[in-house]
Amino acid sequence: MLLTGAEIVVQCLQRENVKYVFGYPGGAVLHIYDAFFQQDEIRHVLVRHEQAAVHAADGYARASGEVGVALVTSGPGATNAVTGIATAYCDSIPVVILSGQVPTAMIGQDAFQEVDTVGITRPCVKHNFLVKDVAELADTLKKAFHIARTGRPGPVLVDIPKDVSAAKCEFRYPETVSMRSYNPVVKGHQGQIRKAVKALREAKRPILYAGGGVILADAADELTALARRVGAPVTTTLMALGAYPASDRQFLGMPGMHGTYEANLALHHADVVLSVGARFDDRVIGSPEHFASEPRTIIHIDIDPSSISKRVKADLPIVGDVRHVLADFLRILDEEGVTAPSEALAPWWERIEQWRARRCLAYEQPAEGPIKPQYVIETLWKVTKGDAIVTSDVGQHQMWAAQYYRFDHPRRWLNSGGLGTMGVGLPYAMGARFARPDAPVVCVTGEASIQMCIQELSTCKQFRLPLKIVNLNNGYLGMVRQWQQLFHGGRYSESYMDSLPDFAALARAYGHVGIRVDRPADLQPALERAFSEHANELVFLDVRIDPRENVYPMIQGGKGLTEMILSADDL
Amino acid sequence: MRHLISVLIENESGALSRVAGLFSARGYNIESLTVAPTEDPSLSRMTIITNGSDETVEQITKQLNKLIETVKVVDLSEAPHLERELMLLKVRATGKDREEMKRMADIFRARIVDVTDTTYVIELTGNQGKLDAFIQAIDPALILETVRSGVCGIGRGERVLRV
Ligand SMILES: Cc1ncc(C[n+]2csc(CCOP(=O)(O)OP(=O)(O)O)c2C)c(N)n1
Ligand SMILES: [Mg+2]
Repeated sequence: MLLTGAEIVVQCLQRENVKYVFGYPGGAVLHIYDAFFQQDEIRHVLVRHEQAAVHAADGYARASGEVGVALVTSGPGATNAVTGIATAYCDSIPVVILSGQVPTAMIGQDAFQEVDTVGITRPCVKHNFLVKDVAELADTLKKAFHIARTGRPGPVLVDIPKDVSAAKCEFRYPETVSMRSYNPVVKGHQGQIRKAVKALREAKRPILYAGGGVILADAADELTALARRVGAPVTTTLMALGAYPASDRQFLGMPGMHGTYEANLALHHADVVLSVGARFDDRVIGSPEHFASEPRTIIHIDIDPSSISKRVKADLPIVGDVRHVLADFLRILDEEGVTAPSEALAPWWERIEQWRARRCLAYEQPAEGPIKPQYVIETLWKVTKGDAIVTSDVGQHQMWAAQYYRFDHPRRWLNSGGLGTMGVGLPYAMGARFARPDAPVVCVTGEASIQMCIQELSTCKQFRLPLKIVNLNNGYLGMVRQWQQLFHGGRYSESYMDSLPDFAALARAYGHVGIRVDRPADLQPALERAFSEHANELVFLDVRIDPRENVYPMIQGGKGLTEMILSADDL
Repeated sequence: MRHLISVLIENESGALSRVAGLFSARGYNIESLTVAPTEDPSLSRMTIITNGSDETVEQITKQLNKLIETVKVVDLSEAPHLERELMLLKVRATGKDREEMKRMADIFRARIVDVTDTTYVIELTGNQGKLDAFIQAIDPALILETVRSGVCGIGRGERVLRV
């Protein structure tokens, strides 16, 4: 069958079972848009800014586990997409980005809307391609999807010059991909795994430290089974919330900069740390030297060898897909007849319960206000019965959402952990809603972050997305203000934003429901109305919270896990 | 520690910039990098000389391996291997310097590959130390230009790097 490059793109996406493409048209992709127009299997979601196209595709991937797809034009379309691409890259999210490029004959001539997209995106993609010949297009797209979803996932960009999308060639979609240079490991080394199981069984103070890899590998069930079997406490990073039920007694909360007292102390004092798809990054282990001051055995399971022994040296490295490796752990425990946790962990749990008794997340909500952000998240949890998909932006509100919304299931918590990109919250919620059209989707945001992609309220109207936006409005770049208060002598340089819009009115201007909440007593009724009376509408709740509230516990950057600030009194 | 890393990589446009970009983005140093196609024209072989602690070099090899187009990576300096570099030197060769320069080339087993009334081009291969020694040995005032290829490396004996 003789097809144009543009038709081949559409055919390939259909073969990859792509349901949605998030995009924005322009000159270099006109042929591709023309081909989209003439089919109705794939739905195109027209965003209002290319950054949001990639974020939405990324959010779709996080919520569904499928590859998200974005389509942008050359030049400014591609540069606008870069923040989205880097965000997906830092969290290892499988996304395929198709970008238009100027015709091959014009490449290098400073043509209109020409940028070196492959060059600009090279450091923030798992891989990228420039397709110079239509005959290579189908193969390249097949590879792009394969690379994006296998191994350690990540974004893959395919740059398609305009003449390539116009040229015709015989279409044949390859059934399989074989690349001599790319064969990610799946199964872990059995000898290493046996050693690890032994270390874990002999541990007196074990801890399971799970990261985003557990979510990416869909290994939450295996992780939970292993934790229950060995009786060890579990801490999950910001990227892994939901990989283990937060309402379970063995869950200690997240570790790191804004982790719980018990998670940080348990991680520090454990004699065996089983790291599963986590990477000891600087927001978890601020000081590798301080961490190394305590002797312990570190078992590190990761699909990416370069994540192992990068910041913290592993004693027992295991390269492999965490789901396979954890399944091997469970099988070996079966063989060894280990069915229940060992009694020997009782003293360890006693210590942990003492740490937990500090109730580091306790707060008080005065009846007359001001509204405490923690109370907002807890009320949201109650109203949604802990069952919503929650996205967030970046700042204090993100940390409060992570600390106070107890996630019991994977793929319910979507945030930018690695790059920390303000602006992701709303497009992530859009992507999540397309992925899970029946799920309640809530975006917890801040008055600064939401303005970085607020134009997407228009997209939400067009596609009738009944998202609930909870704006924790403190009038400040709160996280910046917190650091300035704690570490810069209270000099609040540019962290106060004057002239904020009336968000409720703004939401209404976009055709949605806007509600402003000032008093604690009004919060729960407003949230309930959002999910009942306004179930089918987008509701923007502008919640005025205590502008002076800070996120605790906190570990200053570069400090050790035991050096936590628990409240303002510790300063 | 100095390490010599050999990389087999798909001979595709952009592969070199991925490697170079990796080194600059992660702050690894490159002392020299050479690249050319192998007997299989679809594959290129790179030789990279770098400096770093064991941990850094371990990360470098892991990061190189992680590039999608990389087929194989070895740290040749972990075992017996050979290193060679090619240098071309243009020198002033007039009067008594002409004879002296010829003598020095002979001692170093270099070859004079271009001759004019006033200049020689001398070709010398060897490891980096030998090339440095030659430059040290001749009168610096006579050197007009030098060009060096960067180091190529290969394992000794049965140690073979191929697909
Ligand atoms: C794109 C981008 N620019 C700057 C920052 C730095 N930054 C981190 S948090 C923050 C403030 C966020 O303010 P807001 O959205 O109101 O959230 P709050 O902390 O007040 O809850 C800033 C500016 C960032 N993370 N992302
Ligand atoms: Mg704020």
